[in-house]
Parts: sequence; C-alpha cells; structure tokens
Amino acid sequence: MESLTFDLSQGGVRPLNQHLHGPAAELTGQHITVVNPDGAHNIAVGLNAPVKVTIDGHAGYYAAGMNKLADVTINGSAGTGVAENMMSGKVHVKGFASNSAGASAHGGLLIIDGDAGLRCGISLKGGDIVVGGSVGSFSGFMAQAGRMVICGNAGDALGDSLYEAVIYVKGEIKSLGADAQLEPLGDSDITALTELLAAAGLNHKPQDFKRVASARSLYHWNADADQTY
Amino acid sequence: MCGIVGLLLKKPALRSQLGELMVPMLIGMTERGPDSAGLAVFTDPLPAGLRKISVYSGLTEEGSDYNWSAMLDALNTELKVQAKATVKANHAVITFEGAAEPVKAFVKAYGPKLHLLSTGRSIDLYKDIGTPAEVAARYQFSQLQGSHLVGHTRMATESAVTPDRAHPFTAGEDFCLVHNGSLSNPNGVRRMLEPRGIKFETDNDTEAACRFLEWRLREGDTLHNALQKGFEALDGFFTFLMGTSTELALIRDPFACKPAVVAETDDYVAIASEFRSLAHLPDVKHATVFEPAPEEMYVWKA
Amino acid sequence: MSTEHPITFKRLQREESASFDRSTLDYIHRASNTGLYEIRGLGAKRKLPHFDDLVFLGASLSRYPLEGYREKCSTKTVLGTRFAKKPIVLDTPITVAGMSFGALSANVKEALGLAATAMGTSTTTGDGGMTQEERRSSKTLVYQCLPSRYGFNPDDVRKADAIEVVLGQGAKPGGGGMLLGQKVNPRVAKMRTLPEGVDQRSACRHPDWTGPDDLAIKIQELRELTDWEKPIYVKVGATRVYNDVKLAVHAGADVVVVDGMQGGTAATQTCFIEHVGIPTLAAVRQAVAALEDLDMKGTVQLIVSGGIRTGADVAKALALGADAVAIGQGVLMALGCNRDTYQQGGQQHSAEADYAALGTAPGFCHHCHTGKCPVGVTTQDAVLEKRLEPEWGAKHLKNYLKTLTMELTTLARACGKQDVHHLEPEDLVALTVEAAAMAQVPLAGTSWVPGQTG
Repeated sequence: MESLTFDLSQGGVRPLNQHLHGPAAELTGQHITVVNPDGAHNIAVGLNAPVKVTIDGHAGYYAAGMNKLADVTINGSAGTGVAENMMSGKVHVKGFASNSAGASAHGGLLIIDGDAGLRCGISLKGGDIVVGGSVGSFSGFMAQAGRMVICGNAGDALGDSLYEAVIYVKGEIKSLGADAQLEPLGDSDITALTELLAAAGLNHKPQDFKRVASARSLYHWNADADQTY
Repeated sequence: MCGIVGLLLKKPALRSQLGELMVPMLIGMTERGPDSAGLAVFTDPLPAGLRKISVYSGLTEEGSDYNWSAMLDALNTELKVQAKATVKANHAVITFEGAAEPVKAFVKAYGPKLHLLSTGRSIDLYKDIGTPAEVAARYQFSQLQGSHLVGHTRMATESAVTPDRAHPFTAGEDFCLVHNGSLSNPNGVRRMLEPRGIKFETDNDTEAACRFLEWRLREGDTLHNALQKGFEALDGFFTFLMGTSTELALIRDPFACKPAVVAETDDYVAIASEFRSLAHLPDVKHATVFEPAPEEMYVWKA
Repeated sequence: MSTEHPITFKRLQREESASFDRSTLDYIHRASNTGLYEIRGLGAKRKLPHFDDLVFLGASLSRYPLEGYREKCSTKTVLGTRFAKKPIVLDTPITVAGMSFGALSANVKEALGLAATAMGTSTTTGDGGMTQEERRSSKTLVYQCLPSRYGFNPDDVRKADAIEVVLGQGAKPGGGGMLLGQKVNPRVAKMRTLPEGVDQRSACRHPDWTGPDDLAIKIQELRELTDWEKPIYVKVGATRVYNDVKLAVHAGADVVVVDGMQGGTAATQTCFIEHVGIPTLAAVRQAVAALEDLDMKGTVQLIVSGGIRTGADVAKALALGADAVAIGQGVLMALGCNRDTYQQGGQQHSAEADYAALGTAPGFCHHCHTGKCPVGVTTQDAVLEKRLEPEWGAKHLKNYLKTLTMELTTLARACGKQDVHHLEPEDLVALTVEAAAMAQVPLAGTSWVPGQTG
C-alpha cells in the first residue's frame, strides 16, 4: 500500500484535495495521512475513489464532505457537517462531531466514537450513522431514509418530521419531535443493530435499544382538503 | 456574523503571556470576521477608589495623533481626579480617582468625536476596523497582560462597518459581550430599554443584547438569572461570550447554529468559534476539547 | 303608493366592501372550511411597481441611435469571472431560472435545455436534482444546492457548469419549498428519496450551515470539490437586498442572483407569495448599490429574476445594473401555461374543460401545485405530461427567448449602445413616483429622484 503524508501547516488543503481528486486507478489502495489539520475546513472533500485517508488531529467544517468510496478516519474531533451528503464509503470520527454530522448523507457509514452535536443526521437520505455517545437536539430532523444508531442519549425533538429513516437509541430521549414515535424492535431491527454496532466496533446489546420511526401522520396535511386548495 | 474567542488563564504566572497566546486565536478567526476586530482584556482590578476608561480617538480629525495630554490637563484642572493615560495608536486607557460618570461626561463634552469604549476597574477595551492581524499589530495585542479576555472578529450583517459597531460591546462597569449570530428582535429590546433610561450608541443588534443583560445585572439579577431572562427576551441565533472582572460566561441559543468549541487544560480555558483558533495553544493536544451545549450556561472563574 | 326603492338605497344594498371584498370573503370562507392555509403556484398577483413603470430615453439629437438589425449590438454575457477557472459564457443575458424536476415534467426540462442550448444560454436545475434529460439537452447547466438537498450528489456537481447555492426564492423568502403528493410520482419520489405520494415540505435553512460566515466555508467546499473550476452563484429572495448581496459577496460568491417578489413557485402558501419580499424593481437597485459600494460591480455579476416577461423588462433590468436575467414563469407561459389549447400529435386540442375541472380558466390558472396542469407543463401525470412535446416546447421557447433578445437589442440600439451591457440607469425615467423612488431614476420630465434631489 502506497503511503503519502500531507502536512496542512505547509500549503493548506488545496494540494491535498487536488491529489485526492486524481485518477481513481492511481488512488485506489493509497493511504494518505494528513498531519497538522488544526481544525482546517474542507479536508478530503469530494473523494471518488477507494482511497484510505487518516486525519491526524481535529478537522474543521465538512471533513470528508460528499465522500464516495473512500475510507476516512479522523483521529480527533470533527467540525460542522462531517461527511455531509456522503454517498458511500466510510468516515470514522474518533473524537466528537459538531452539528449536522452526516447531514443529507445518501449512503456510506459514519461512525462517531464520541458525542455528536445538534441536527446529527438531518435530512438523512440513506446513509448509516453510528454515534458512540449522545446526540444533540433536532437530530434526525426530516430524515428520509437510512439508519441512525445512538448509543448514548438524544436531545430534544428527536426525529422531527421523519420520513422513512429509522433511529435506534440506547439511552434517554429528552423529547421526540413531531410525528416521531417509539415502536417495538422487530427481528429486522435486531439484525440491523447487530450489523451496525459490529461495523462500528461497539459492544452494546441490540435488545437494549429503542426504535424511533415516523408515525406518518404528516405525510398528508389533510387529504380531504387537497381538492379544495 | 463573526468569530469569537475567549481565553482565561488559571495560573497567575501565565498572565504575562495572555496577549501572546491570544493573538493567533484572533487571527485564526479572520475568515469569519474580516471587517473589524476587538478585544476586552481584564487585568488585576485597580485599587478601590480608582477607575479607568478606554477611549478611542480614531473618529477625531487627529486620529492617533490625538493630543491626550491637553485633554488630561483640562480634565485634571476641572475635576481634579489625578487622571493619567496610556496611549496606543487610536486608543487611550485613562485612569483616575473617583466616580466614572463625571469623567465620562467631561470626555464627551471635551471631545465629542472621542468614543468611550469601556469603564471599570479591570477592563481595557480595544476595537477598530481592519483585519484582525492589522488591529492586533496596531494595538500591540501580543504584549497585553491579564487574567482573561474576550475577543471578536466581525463580518458585518446589517449595521455598517465602523469602529463603534465592532465588538466587544460594553455596558455599565467591567462587563462586555461579544456575539456571533443575528438577533431577530433587537429593535423591540431596544424600545423596551430606552424608556428605562438606557442609552444606545449604535443600531447594532449585539448592543441590544449587551445592554439588556447588563441592565438585568444592575437590577440585581445573578449572572445566571440575567442569562435566563436573556433566553426569554432575545430572539434569533446567537452564541454570546461575556466577560466580567472575575468571570467568562458563554451561552448558545437553543438552535446552536453558530459554532463554539472549548479547550481546557490545567493552565487555561480557551473558547473559540472554531478549533482553528485553538490549534496553536500549548499542549492543546492533551486538552479537554468539547462543544458547549445549547441553552446551557458556562461560567468560568478567573 | 309606489313600492319602488329609491335608487340610492338600491345601490347601497349592493355596495361591495373595500376591506371585505369578494376575494377576501372567498379567503375567509375557504379558511373556515379547511383550517389550512391556501397553497398555489406562480407568483404575486397583486399590482406592484414594476419595470412597466419605467420608460427609455431613446436617442434623437443629443444621442445617436444605431440602425436596428444592421449595426452590431452585442449580447454576449460572461458570468463567474471572480474566482472560477471556467466562467460561463452566454450568447444572451436571458437565462432560464431554476425550476425543479417534480414541479415540471421531464419533457419540460428537456424542452428548456433544447431551447436554451439553441439560444446559447443556460438552464438551471431545481429542488429535486438533475435529470439526465436536462443534462443531455443543456449545453450550459447550473446545478442548484438547496436546503433540502433532494437528489443532490457530487457526481452531478462535477457534471454541472456552475453551482447555485439557493438561500431563498422571491415567491417565499424565508420559507421552504413544497411539492404536494399528487406530483410525487415514482420517479420524483426516487430522485428525492421520498415515499411516493407524500406531501413534501422542504427545509427553509440549509442543513449544514447558517449565516454568511458559514456560507464562506460552504462555498469553499464546493470550490475544493470542483477544483476551483466552476462559478458559484448565490441566490437570495429579495428582502434585505443590500445587506444580503454584500454578505453573499463577502462569503465568496462569483455571481449573485436576486429574485424579486413577483418570482414564481410551484407551490407555496399564498400569504408568502403576496406578503413577503420586495418587488424586483426595488431589488435591482439595492443589489447594484451593494456591489458598487464594495467596488465589486463587474467582478461579481448580478442576475435578476422575478416577473421578467418582455425584452423591455430585460433591457430595463440591465440598464439598472443587472448583468443578466433569469426567467421562470415567462418560460412556462411560452411552453403553453395558461393557453386554452395544447398541441399533441400535430393537432391542437382544447384544454378548456380541464381548466374548468380545476375551477379555473385559461388566463387565470395558478394550479401548478395540483399537478393537473391542463397543458402538461407543471405535472407528473402520465397522461397530462404528454401534452407538452419537447420539440414543440423547445421551438416555442426558443422563439420567445429570441423575441426577447431582439427586443433587448432594439431598445439598446435606440439608446445608442453597441452592447446591451452598456445600458445605464440614466437611460431610464419613471412614470410613477413609486417607481422613481424604488429604481432611483427621475420622474419623467423632471430631474426629481425621490430621496436624492429633494
């Protein structure tokens, strides 16, 4: 495996991203280490190849934004919008993640070992998110598809205006958002939890989680009124 | 819309390095706030009976050549307050005996274009237009000493780019506030406060928050209660960082759209809008780094 | 004895209230029936100060006109010159505004692309992603990044010619989009990752940033992702235009798009359409003032939209300082919106009965939200959408855009300009005090500019 190191204190993110946007054939199998990230924004955005990237320190906004195929590890915390709009691949935050982690992700797996801020998984469109710690308020807001596993607690208004995404929570839920409801765990939920917890390397019992999904009462404001608008 | 920074040194031995540690924090927030920058630094309090005001001369015709000694002569002749000044560029800290109000009234009458920045026994305040690096160099921020500070870089939203609209804002004595975000009801707050004798100097939304909180403190609220009333009265998006002579306090609105991150070690508590501004701090790799929760009050004692 | 009522009494019996006129009564009766706000399509219907309230000072003796059709008058328009390595170069300053696949059918999106390409101008995606049809048919395609991020993905970002970060829309600044269940057919649902047939409400704020300081970082992400090649537009609904334009420039926009309150929508609450935002006429001058105050005029380009209908509207927007315009509703009308007939299989068919079924008539229809567009423009219905054939639509739209461009150059030549971008505010005067105040041009026949000259 070819290894390369980019020092962000020398030249910033531009050369790193330019390299990571190179031909997929050349990038495949490479392992890029990013040192001195020091909270820089937009590290490793728009990746489109099965390349491995390790960010050694804290990342700023949109780390691994819109990721496809790549496997990105952040040995530190991540700023706002880590792995936003991810399509596939894996992003692993070893520390905590700020607001809007995994926002609008269509696919892939986002693992956050620590806590996540507000609006984790907002507008989720099919990705999987596993949070080792707790999530802030409005997490899973308008989440359309995909799965979220929260091993700690959830803040206010969890899963407000949910569509078809499913949220699993082990700890306390401060409050559920509009149209979100607790549902019993089924066999498929146990299977999903087992798979996701294993992928995140976490040792929780799937049976200890609660399932939150849409009550679907907001899917139509008022079906009877449609014709009289 | 801006960048905020705060630094509180836990060990008195470090106080000589306050400015040096802070300048890279402020410069780290340049992209969030390229228009203007400001800083309130809290020093050991002056002995009882003494006060100081920070005054800005950048709006006068003389600017940084302002004749402070003539003003001091006139002030001391008229009020006999033993005033002395420390001058840097457009800025002077004037120390004097007795109450602040007569001195402030004198300064306003003597130099209508002089701008009063702060009043108290601990606080020195600097703010000016320019990039954070330019402002830091202009006022030699790296040489500042003290126990804690509150700093700000500004990207103006609704009100103009002028030195008086830069942050921090102050009200009363030894109180200042910086803000990242945008309030949606600053004019209503202002109209509520003005009949209570509270005067505003700018149209800036942050000034409304600052004067509201200081008003509550002056009315006898604890900082905790004042902030609680702030959550009820102030609408919009905000991260506020406040300084008093002995404390730094931080709150975020319930939506917490505007970022904040804290790094704490045995030596310091450092607060910034983004980790970029904390990255250079000594031993930050081993600091406890966390994001303050919305609607929580964080208060650190100097 | 006569039982006849006095004539004055008879009229009093039938006097309509100005406050509670017939449409207000309808509004209250409807609200009391449904308990829901009204939702509809298109833009503000109320009369507003508009470009019609301005006229050009054509050349005569003090200025010399150019010969129409003979002497050259350039319409070339370049957008995104500030940071992008590959700016957008257009043959005309008239572009097609962002309208979603979902609001419009795939056929319509294809027609837009074909016509825009033939005219050398750009089209824009909307809330719902990029369709293959529109990418294929559009030489220059602007890809919107919206709060909902429906169908948004990095592959399409890379395929786009420019990216437009949408903060708001003239029809509903501060509000999110809507797409009622009738229009969420299987293809739309799949592109937006939604269950079929749900009433879809979009977010009003972006999921991962708030405010200009964050927007600067978001723009940088899009630049990094596209290796700094593509122009980044920022679109705002016209409200606090002066501040918003300044902040968009601070945040790093290459192009600012300002959409006035006459701008249309596929579906929004009527209270938004009629009561939020400022008229396009007022918005242009505020936007230009912001760019001039920052010394960014010419560096950051301005696109104006919201109720632009004619070549005269375009010329006036340019004269007031816009670099280009974007048209939405006018484009739909060129495709047959509100026509009494549609063309299918080479035959004209009457659509009157379908309008009547919606409770409306050609000329009054704003029922885009129902998905039952009688002429097949704003629908996902399998039968209705066939009523708009892409080639027919493309031909009509091309004619419309061509007419507007010709009118634009005609007016520019009449003012003595060899380039439509040389039109200036001093070429205009206002017919009403309101328009003079908003556009900051003199009232016709005077030197009086309200607020400037006494």
